[in-house]
Amino acid sequence: MLGLGKKDITLFAVVAVLALFAPFILNPFPAGSSLAQFNAGYPDLMQRFVIFGIFAIGFNILFGLTGYLSFGHAAFLGAGSYSAVWMFKLLSMNVIPAILLSMIVAGLFAVVIGYVSLRRSGIYFSILTLAFAQMSYNLAYSVLTPITNGETGLQVTLDDPRVLGQTATADGGIPVTNLFGLEMRHFTTLELGPWQFQFSVGYYLCAIIMLISFYLAIRIFRSPFGMMLRAVKSNQQRMFYTGLNARPYTLAAFVISGMYAGLAGGLMASMDPLAGAERMQWTASGEVVLMTILGGAGTLIGPVLGAGFIKYFENIFSKINDQILHGWVAWLPDGLEDLVVALIHPFVGKGWHLTLGLMFMLIVIFLPGGLVEGGQRIARSLRRRKSTDDGKSASTEPAE
Amino acid sequence: MGILDVKDVNKRFGGLKALSDVNLSVSENTVHAIIGPNGAGKSTLLNCLVGKLIPDTGSVMFDGQSVLGRKPYEINQMGISRVFQTPEIFGDLTVMENMMIPLFAKRDGVFRLHAIESVSSERGLREQAERMLDDVNMLDKRNMHSASMSRGDKRRLEMAMCLVQEPRLLLLDEPTAGMARADTNNTIDLLKEIKTKRDITMCIIEHDMHVVFSLADRITVLAQGTPLVEDVPENIKGHPKVQEAYLGEAA
Repeated sequence: MLGLGKKDITLFAVVAVLALFAPFILNPFPAGSSLAQFNAGYPDLMQRFVIFGIFAIGFNILFGLTGYLSFGHAAFLGAGSYSAVWMFKLLSMNVIPAILLSMIVAGLFAVVIGYVSLRRSGIYFSILTLAFAQMSYNLAYSVLTPITNGETGLQVTLDDPRVLGQTATADGGIPVTNLFGLEMRHFTTLELGPWQFQFSVGYYLCAIIMLISFYLAIRIFRSPFGMMLRAVKSNQQRMFYTGLNARPYTLAAFVISGMYAGLAGGLMASMDPLAGAERMQWTASGEVVLMTILGGAGTLIGPVLGAGFIKYFENIFSKINDQILHGWVAWLPDGLEDLVVALIHPFVGKGWHLTLGLMFMLIVIFLPGGLVEGGQRIARSLRRRKSTDDGKSASTEPAE
Repeated sequence: MGILDVKDVNKRFGGLKALSDVNLSVSENTVHAIIGPNGAGKSTLLNCLVGKLIPDTGSVMFDGQSVLGRKPYEINQMGISRVFQTPEIFGDLTVMENMMIPLFAKRDGVFRLHAIESVSSERGLREQAERMLDDVNMLDKRNMHSASMSRGDKRRLEMAMCLVQEPRLLLLDEPTAGMARADTNNTIDLLKEIKTKRDITMCIIEHDMHVVFSLADRITVLAQGTPLVEDVPENIKGHPKVQEAYLGEAA
């Protein structure tokens, strides 16, 4: 079915169910309860989950398959965002042309950066991509101000021409991004008892695009092209003497993953039509590396898991402040309460990076295959326990 | 005229003359061995044939076309395959995947973007790969992770990967180096089988005289970058010049 094997269909179905029912899955706590702050099912955050999921899926096509570690993928994310906002300024507020242009521009960027950087491999490749991305970031901040609007960031304004759309709405406001009239920010709330579930147009657009990207990634992984990319990682020498040139393969992978990043950038701008230079900064490039490794580089679902994991931490853990902590441990004696809060304090709120860093270290040391390997180990040990149980029951049977 | 003609090839590395005036002609469907003591220039010569090195002067013609200045992958596409001293395979891939890559290279050329098609739907190529694996007695290992195999099996796989492309010339760089006696004998048997079953020309660089004398139709002895003698194995064995090159003047 769909040109996928049995296992891949299961995997795709799992991701599809997770993505489409995310408003329920991520909102397990009733709205008024004290645990409601752990709910992640609001449109803004869910959009970020899937958009960064797309970014990481694309990054994994390059890093997971060929082993070329790009440290400059944020450049494509930023290029995608800027092109999308320009489309909103010049053409119309419809997201389709914006997303298409963001992919094309990011793809062109990737051809240029990839052509130069892929002359080297290993750490030199990483440094070259990092240099290009930082160069783009600094240019966007300074000399390219006419295109990028420098520090302020590029925004849609009331003076934009929007030749196919309207410059301003009837009541004089800036029009909002839409898909043929369907506004991205529009959402409906479903109330079931104390629970609240929000369904937003923007999220579902992102989720569907993420599913398409995921499907394409599966096809690439299972294709002859995907196999060639793994061959690049495994033994380039043998590849050359087998009649294959590794360079066009790596360049194609680089451009494809750059276009994924551009798509993610375009979607970001479609959800919130502004683009700033910080989207190209090296921290943004580093983040996608973390996501991919944390989830499991070279696996299909790993990058999506990693993206969700990091974005959840960033948005939920960072919101826990001392006040909330005191609320949790209020039942402790006074002195002890302060001590416990003081001990936990560095790990939450603004210190969430510390928790993330520790988690990352633990995962890289003990689970080099990322969260996916963790899942596999649990599944294996469950299976083993089951089979030893079977063995026990078998041994109680009379022998021969 | 042979299938491979090396004419007046010279190669210098700084002050060292690695090859001087090498002339060699390998005729079609024969096994030609190149032997010589360490540092005789055997590997340099081989690297000049596959595009890794470019000779300073001279010409290397394969089937009437010059190979000089071409990249290794272009030379492979002309019909020359190479087996390395230590088996070079795709260690992260399964045996079957290792076999599919040379088949894709043969069918699609240097680069082709098949990003949406599925590998498993390539029935014809899979059958071809399985037949080849069967020929080298590795069919039962087709789903194995290739890095975890023994050295002998890796060597077999590497040869199968070369042969499945049906090259006209197979270059072997010390195919039994570092192998146990049993593995060496297996490799000799395999090569003998290949020689009788297929129309293929082989050029072997080898240290082990046992291997050379059981396989070669013709032998070239290389010493200090120059060919000393070229003859059939029977005449090489007792040749005074060969003994001199191997054992030194004092002998």
